[in-house]
Amino acid sequence: MIQLIKDTLISQVVTLWRVFVHAFDKTDTVEYPDVQPQMAARWRGRIILSRDPDGEERCVACNLCAVACPVDCIALQKAEDEEGRWYPEFFRINFSRCIMCGFCEEACPTNAIQLTPDFEMAEYVRQDMVWEKEDLLINGTGKYHDYNFYRIAGKKIGGKDKGEARNEAPPVDVRSLLP
Amino acid sequence: MVWDVGSPLSIGAILFTVIIVAAMLIWVERRLLGLWQERLGPNRVGPFGLLQVVADMIKIFAKEDWVPPFADKFSFILAPPIIMIVILMSFTVIPFAPGVGVIDSDIGVLFVLAMASLGAYSVMLGGLASNNKYALLGSLRAAAQMVSYEVFMGISLLGVVALTGSFNLREIVIAQSDGWYIIPQFIGFLIFMIAGIAESHRLPFDIPEAEQEIVAGYHTEYSGMKFGMFFVGEYLGVVLISSLLVVLFFGGWLGPAFLPPIVWFLLKTAFFIAFFILLRAAIPRPRYDQLMTYGWLFLLPLSLLNLMITGAFVLWQEGAI
Ligand code: SF4
Ligand code: SF4
Repeated sequence: MIQLIKDTLISQVVTLWRVFVHAFDKTDTVEYPDVQPQMAARWRGRIILSRDPDGEERCVACNLCAVACPVDCIALQKAEDEEGRWYPEFFRINFSRCIMCGFCEEACPTNAIQLTPDFEMAEYVRQDMVWEKEDLLINGTGKYHDYNFYRIAGKKIGGKDKGEARNEAPPVDVRSLLP
Repeated sequence: MVWDVGSPLSIGAILFTVIIVAAMLIWVERRLLGLWQERLGPNRVGPFGLLQVVADMIKIFAKEDWVPPFADKFSFILAPPIIMIVILMSFTVIPFAPGVGVIDSDIGVLFVLAMASLGAYSVMLGGLASNNKYALLGSLRAAAQMVSYEVFMGISLLGVVALTGSFNLREIVIAQSDGWYIIPQFIGFLIFMIAGIAESHRLPFDIPEAEQEIVAGYHTEYSGMKFGMFFVGEYLGVVLISSLLVVLFFGGWLGPAFLPPIVWFLLKTAFFIAFFILLRAAIPRPRYDQLMTYGWLFLLPLSLLNLMITGAFVLWQEGAI
């Protein structure tokens, strides 16, 4: 009997009281259009394409992001300039399909594609949700300031021969090994 | 006198106030729930979001009023007004203040109970006529819930009736001049409040319309103003049960003289309305067999015991035993 009263009455009254006390707590709501919320730096929002510290495009058009994307909203075409650098001829993200999962950023070997804390991307025309390379490309390095893919990778491009990358030994001349 | 019980002005004012209060509850409930859940609730339309009610009204009136082709048209259309009509009818016997009321009935308590039982038809007809399995489940639950709470709802009030010696709600209030019935009838109060929550289908006993389990229960197929009537009917039920609690156990309009009686009545009713909303914010919903077991095996014996003790007390006071 005592147990029954404890279960049916006392516990309900305690619950009621605890919920009532919440009336004096601070609300968690941010009144968004009037007050800007404080977004975490790692928030996954609008996608950008960054440049390396030399100001060149980071993206090497490897297509890994397009493959990783679960909703297939990235489309790009590889091109190569006269120096031997690869770059995307076009790079298109359909933001009406993007689910902001961040897989593309995880997949990218060059830190080119990055998600930013900006989330205000609403458009009135559906076609405006498709962003081209000009819209995505920014002038800075994004979240990773020092990384420069071509200065680390061994690939030869204009102004940097094989063996000149950081931490790279010059290639062995096999003929010099001949007896 | 213009402001007498049952004068047209009085009736009009009561009808107007009751409906406005029920409509405002849309906003009050959401703001209070927000307060207790550390949110804000609607605060955009008008000052403090007060005009949210107007916006909701416009929306609900402008919506397509659709009768599903598979439904039983007659009962489908009949069901929603029933709940509004019977609850508004119940308000006729409520004594708001001295001289404010619609009728001064000698069978007030019985009338309220009868109307409350009729209200169950609305829920059951609505669910049956919808020809939808969720609606049917909802009305089945409503029927199960009704047979379990109506019995002890009536019996829990008999203690008050025995103490007053009258079914007249106005006389019940006057009889409380020297002590509210909450003290001698505390158990009756608890039982009636639990039954009242079940009566108005509010959480934690909103079993017939449990939206997490059976879509929206008996009003799954309703839209537009027909849904609106169920909705307002529920809020009217909250106001009715709150004012009944005040009249039966908390001395109605009685209170220290620095405020007019009607203000005391409104304040006490507002307190109970807020309490109903707090219940919604705090208590989870039981299974409906749990409610039935609880009702039949615990609350019914308890209310009978309460009635017997009260009866013995009244007889002892009169010197019969
Ligand atoms: S965030 Fe996810 S969905 Fe969006 S482009 Fe990247 S991989 Fe695709
Ligand atoms: S953004 Fe990164 S992953 Fe995608 S194509 Fe360019 S380099 Fe490859």
